[in-house]
Parts: sequence; C-alpha cells; structure tokens
Amino acid sequence: MSSAPGVNYLNEKSGLWSWLTTLDHKRIGIMYMISVLSFFAIGGAFAMLIRWELFGAGKNIVDAATYNQFMTFHGAIMTFMVIIPGVPAFLGNFFLPLMIGAKDVAFPRVNLLSWYCLMVGAAISFWSLFYHGADTGWTFYTPYSIQTDNGTTWLVAGAFVMGFSSILTGLNFIVTVHKLRAPGMTFFRMPLFIWGLYSTAVIQVLATPVLGITLLLLIAERTMNIGIFDPAMGGDPVLFQHFFWFYSHPAVYIMILPAMGIISELITCYSKKTIFGYRAIAWSSIGIAAVSFFVWGHHMFVSGQSEVAGIVFSFLTMLVGVPTAIKTFNWVATLYKGSIEFSAPMLFALGFIFLFTIGGVTGIMLAVTAVDVHFHDTYFVVAHFHYVMVGGTLMAITGGIYHWLPKMFGKMYNEGVARFSFVLIFIGFNVTFFPQFVLGAMGMPRRYYDYLPAFEPLNKVSSLGAWTIGVGFLFALYVVVDCILRGKKAPDNPWGAKTLEWQTSSPPPHENFTTQPVVTGGPYEYR
Amino acid sequence: MMWWLLMQSAQANTFMPPAATDIAERVNSLYGFLLWASFISCVLVIGGFIYFAFKYKRRSENDKTAYISHNNFLEFLWSFVPFLIFMAVFVWGWAIYSQMRTFPEDALEVHVQAQKWSWSFEYKNGRKSSGELLIPVNTPIKLVMTSSDVLHSFYVPAFRAKQDVVPGRYTALWFKPKYKGEYQIFCTEYCGEQHSGMLAKLKVVSREEFDDWLANDPYKGLAMEEVGQKIYTARCAICHHTNDQKLVGPGFGGLFGREETLQGGEKVMVDENYLRESIMNPNAKIVAGYPSGQMPTFAGQLSEQEITGVIEYIKTLK
Ligand code: HEC
Ligand SMILES: [Cu+2]
Ligand SMILES: [Cu+2]
Repeated sequence: MSSAPGVNYLNEKSGLWSWLTTLDHKRIGIMYMISVLSFFAIGGAFAMLIRWELFGAGKNIVDAATYNQFMTFHGAIMTFMVIIPGVPAFLGNFFLPLMIGAKDVAFPRVNLLSWYCLMVGAAISFWSLFYHGADTGWTFYTPYSIQTDNGTTWLVAGAFVMGFSSILTGLNFIVTVHKLRAPGMTFFRMPLFIWGLYSTAVIQVLATPVLGITLLLLIAERTMNIGIFDPAMGGDPVLFQHFFWFYSHPAVYIMILPAMGIISELITCYSKKTIFGYRAIAWSSIGIAAVSFFVWGHHMFVSGQSEVAGIVFSFLTMLVGVPTAIKTFNWVATLYKGSIEFSAPMLFALGFIFLFTIGGVTGIMLAVTAVDVHFHDTYFVVAHFHYVMVGGTLMAITGGIYHWLPKMFGKMYNEGVARFSFVLIFIGFNVTFFPQFVLGAMGMPRRYYDYLPAFEPLNKVSSLGAWTIGVGFLFALYVVVDCILRGKKAPDNPWGAKTLEWQTSSPPPHENFTTQPVVTGGPYEYR
Repeated sequence: MMWWLLMQSAQANTFMPPAATDIAERVNSLYGFLLWASFISCVLVIGGFIYFAFKYKRRSENDKTAYISHNNFLEFLWSFVPFLIFMAVFVWGWAIYSQMRTFPEDALEVHVQAQKWSWSFEYKNGRKSSGELLIPVNTPIKLVMTSSDVLHSFYVPAFRAKQDVVPGRYTALWFKPKYKGEYQIFCTEYCGEQHSGMLAKLKVVSREEFDDWLANDPYKGLAMEEVGQKIYTARCAICHHTNDQKLVGPGFGGLFGREETLQGGEKVMVDENYLRESIMNPNAKIVAGYPSGQMPTFAGQLSEQEITGVIEYIKTLK
C-alpha cells in the first residue's frame, strides 16, 4: 500500500481526534514533542524563579516555604517530565522506526498508551498543587517526605504513573529493534542513536519498576504508616535512599545515553565523515548501561552507609568513566580530516562535547570518596549534574530538534536565529553553572533558600546567566514555531545524511517508506 | 573568564576555605591534582576538537573526507590511560577516606543533637550548648550524632568534614583542628523550610580556655530572662520572631496575656502554663493558621531553669 504523492503522516488525516487516537509512531512523537516542550517551559519558569530568589541574600521574591516548592517542582518536572521522556519518547519515537527501516514500532497501541501514562501521571503530579504543592525536593528523601503535610502524595503518585510510560516505551523499543529491522540492517549496521536508545530501553525496563515500588512504599508510608522507612516506627530512612538511587542513578543514563546517540548522528552528518570507532561507541553504550546498575551508592558516601560500601561504589563509578571517555575521544577523532559545517545542530553537538567534558571530569572528582565528602550536597554537585543534564542532554535535544525539523515537518528552519540561540544558551549556560562549581568548593550547600554574604557575588552572576539561557531558549522556540508555520519547503535530504530516515520523503508518508528499504552497508558511509 | 577561574582555582586554596586540619590539607592536595588533571584533559579534548573543527572546516559542498573506521592502538590508549588515572585517584581518595573514617582512641567525645532547625551539643560531663560548638585546639574530637526528626547533615567546610545525621541511629564524625578560630557549621541535607538557616558556629580555643568553659555554669550571674534570651536565640529564633510577625510559627511580640485562637476556633489565655505546654507538648494545642507537627518538642532538651527562663523572656516581649 503506497500513499499518493503529497500525502504524508501530517495531512493524511485531520482533526484533534485523529491525533489523540493515532497509532502512528510519528504522530505520537509529535504529541510527545508538544507535551515535553510545554513541561520544559514550566520547569524552566521555575528555574528562572529560583535564580531570581537567589539573586541576592535574604528574601527577594518569595518566602522559604515557597522557594522549596519551586526547587521541588523544577527538579521533578525536569527529570520526570522533560529529560527522561525527552529523547527516547519524543525523538526516539519519531526516528527509531525510520532509522531501522521499519513501518512503525512493534506495539503501536502500547506506544499510544505510554503517552497517555505520561499525561495522566503529569496531571496527577500537578494535582498536588491543590494540596499546597510539595516541598521534598525531587528526591523525596524520608523521613521528611513522610512527615511533610501537603500534596507530596500526589506528586509521588504522578511520578509512579509516569514510570509506566517509561517502561512501556522501553519495552516497545527493545522488541522493535530486535524484530523490525529492515532486511540487511544487522545490529552493527544500526545508527548509533539506535544503540543509545536500545541501551536506554534496557535500563528503562529493568530499573523503573524499582522506582515504582519505592514510590508505592512511600505512598503507603504516608497514608497507612506501614513503618518501613519511618524511624519512629522502627523503619530505616536510609533504605529509601538505596531504593531511590538504585533507579535514579541508571536514570541518569536514561537521560544521557540516547543524547550521546544524537551526538554521534550530528557529528557524522555535519562533518560528512564516518564515525571513528563505531563498535567501541556501540559497546560502550551497553557497557555504561550495565555498570550503571552498580554505582548508586556514590550518592550516599556520607549517608551513614558502611565505609566498605563507599569504597566499592567509588571503584565501580570509576569504571563508568572509561566508556564515557571512549565516546568523547571517538567523537573528537571523527572530526579529524572531516568536512565540518558549523550549522546550528553541529554547534550544539560541539557545545555538547565542550560541556559534557567538564561535566565528566567533575564527575570523576565526585567519585573520589575523600573529595566527595566535601562536595556532597553542595553547589558543586548542582553544577556537575547541570553540566551533564543540561549541557549534555538538553544541548543534544535542541541540536537534534534542529537537525530533524526538516524531516518532521518538511520545512526548513531559520539557520541564523538558530545559531544565535546557540550562542545565548552556550554562554548563558557557562555563566550560570561555572560559578556554581566555585560556590560548591567554597562550601555553599544546595537547596538553600538563603546564603551567607560571602556567596552573594557569584550567585548574582549565576542568576544573570540563567536569564540568558532563558532568552536563548525563547529564541529556540521561535525557530521551531517559525519553521512549522513559515518554513520553506525542505528537500528529502537537506544535509546529505546517510541514515535511512533521510532516504524517504520529508515529511514521511504514514508507512514511512513507499518501498521497503534494503540495507547494504554501515550507517555512515561517507566516502 | 573560565580561564581566569581555572587559574585561580589551581592556586593555594583552590577556592575552598583555608584547610584547618591535616586531613583537609590532604584533601586539598588530591583536589589540586584532580583539578590539574581535569584541566589538562579539558584542554586536550576541547582544544582538540576546536582545532579540528577549524582546520577541517567545510570548504565546498563536495568535499571528500577520509574514511577512517577505527584504530585499535589509539582506542586502547585512550581507554587505558584514563583507566590508570581513575584508578590512581580512586586509591588516593580511598586512603584519605579511610583516615576520615578511622576514629582515634583518645578522641574527646561530644554528642550532637540535630533538630529542625538547630544544632545542640552535649559534653561528657553534662555541659550543654546550642548553636555553638566549643572545642580545644589540637585535640581529636569525635562527634556522636543523632536527629530527633528528619535527616540533617553536619558539615564544616574548613575541615572538609561532613556526615549525615539520621533519626533513630547514631552516626559519627571526627576531626582534629590545627588552629584556633571560628568556623562555620552548615546543614547540608535538606530538612524543610528553614534548612538554609540551620547554621552554627564551631569555636576552637586553647585547652585552658576550654577546660574553664567546660567546668563553669554557663548561666552564672544571669537573670532569668537573660538565660531565656540565650535559649531563644539558639533554639527558637529560626521559627519565631520577637515582634508579632509570622515566621514559621507565630511571633512572640505581645503574646503573653493575649487571647490566642486555636485550630477549631477554641480560645485560650496565654499564661505561663500555656507557654510551658506549647514548649513541652507543642501538638496539644495548635494555633489557628499553622500546621501541626511543625514545632518540635523541647521536653528533655531544656532544663527546668531554661524553660522558666524562656517563658520569662517571652513575657518581656511586648
Ligand atoms: C521548627 C520551628 C519551630 C521551632 C524551632 C520552635 N517553634 Fe514554637 N511554634 C512553631 C509553630 C509552627 C507554632 C504554631 C503551631 C503550634 O501551635 O504548634 C509554634 C507555636 C509556639 C507557641 C504558641 C504560640 C502562640 O501564638 O500561641 C509557643 C509559645 C512556642 N511555639 C514557643 C517556642 C519556643 C519557646 C521555642 C524555642 C525553645 C520554639 N517555640 C521553637 C514552630 C517552632
Ligand atoms: Cu549516580
Ligand atoms: Cu538541613
């Protein structure tokens, strides 16, 4: 069944209902895009408010209780609603089937269900606002999260439901990759983005249930006083931290692995060069995913866990550093003797390497037990994970969105404004978060509503940087909206890329390819 | 700017507060090494890609590129060299961490009690203090810590020392300050509304001064309300203003002798007995407009003299 010319997945059916009931992975991808970008705007607004409150010592705009709500919602929204679904569920959904030459994912109905799980979960989370919100931080540490008297139960329940979205997407992707690859598409001919998504999917399926159980136990503790985490009833509050990080450390890789995959796509495409060390990058994704399950204790060096545990977790964490270093070196080596174009997506990819390298080396510092004792729960940690999550994942998502906009909507975006958004985001990012490393070294603890006068100058700088990032993302949003509404018609393969998604029309037809593609070589055959 | 910050950070204190224990100095050396190693890696990677990016900038649309799929030697090299560095800093960190976690036999023990949102200390002879920990110089100190409500974390940046304080169990921390002086104590585990206000001072004094202080009655020669004021500053100020403004709890200004409306609309007269009950059994009567369970009990923590003192002090606030 092939579509008539001019008919594509966007115009094939119309009306809101056709979207809400669609089984097309591309349409579901676009629905994820709209949800994730909206959540990002909300989470970002909280970030702006946080930095406004921290602009000067003492009270600036709100009281301590409200500030704690801001930081809780910023963290919870950005992790559970933006970064976790951001790459796999949004970009992954759209491009995974296209890039392996499939018509759709293995279970289209489950795919739609996972979007509804995210939306219902998000709605439940926001419902907490009607019960005085939540003020536990996104980590929900017990026993504070048991005692605090507000809508925390709703926020936790929402995160629980959103977990199903993640599990279902992961399951879908694993089966799709195993079963639906085009003829000739062997595992080692898959684009590296697919390897990233595949490793992520494994983590999603194996780790998310643990989060689910932990959150359920927390809800039971809050509503029925079962006494598993509450020390007043003989429970162990530190046990919660073990459970929580057993998921949440691998979750860090749910956030970063597919982002790394995007970077491999961008680097090869905009330097017109085959990737250096394909197998090393592919295996390192699997390696990172495997080791990521055994490092959770590095969040707990000063929690009261045993000294031996601290040392073992420090050692294992060092091991994750190796495959991460391999990837970075391979990307740099790919540039060697390439033909490098400084288009907006490439700028984001290079920005990623820049920021991720800093995030990586500071991660090693934090993995060193004796040094982490000083840095733990200070702004050094805040700076570190923003370098990895924002400097890494968000840069990759933004670059990826620009890169794939012509494919998704069949329109070209405004290159000049897109580059300008990069400049603002990149500079703003460093101005925001670099000073936070210094603040952490000076000893400023995180989650502080107020701080000593000595910390004021750098906090001011940091706030100015944050607002610059905010403006940068407004420009990025403009680029996306402008592209969709007014962009010039895009050719099928504007960047001369080699992966399969570019071999079909822009935007693709409902069934992705009019004739079944057959694969005869690797993904990056730039010769 | 980043260059400048990096160069600054590579200097003596690397932006950390001056090291005040031997262990802190060791942490500094390791941290200094990490900073340099990181700086060099960043220069290699970032410098490397910037160099390549400009050197191999696209000249025309039909540029031919080299087809280089891999290089086993290089790949081995850049897996193995980082691995060696990681192992080195791991072992180095382990060595210092073991020292942090090995408690000297002859340490002077102090009990630490964390509670929303203040730190209290009790010495072996029963001497208590709040908001200020006084210790002798050049003596190993062991803190035995617990919390009466939620998690807190005891952190002295100058000593590079930190340990979570967990309700229902004891955790411990030790250090041996080298210099006399005043150091900052922070709470670094999020513990609710006034987490950032849960500060205390650590004073390192000479042995003689310490022995003197330990043996003396802290309230000698003080009037009742002066005793109360000390308690107020150390334990209540984080939640109660001295005027009638709301903070976490109601302000104390003009409280005494007034009629207070409780949750559910009942009214009580604020007299000494009400104040005492509010301090010892705060959940018995909740003031309208405030959550229950927020105010911790001070039963068993304040002496009879201190309770009376604080009540007398509240009575003076108009
Ligand atoms: C963690 C915050 C916190 C601390 C510390 C705290 N309180 Fe309170 N206090 C509250 C809150 C909240 C209320 C109102 C709710 C209630 O009645 O329990 C309150 C109520 C009171 C009341 C009743 C006030 C009224 O308007 O009727 C008194 C008296 C009082 N506190 C005394 C003290 C004293 C004395 C201390 C120090 C020894 C202290 N509190 C420490 C939070 C705190
Ligand atoms: Cu982790
Ligand atoms: Cu705290």
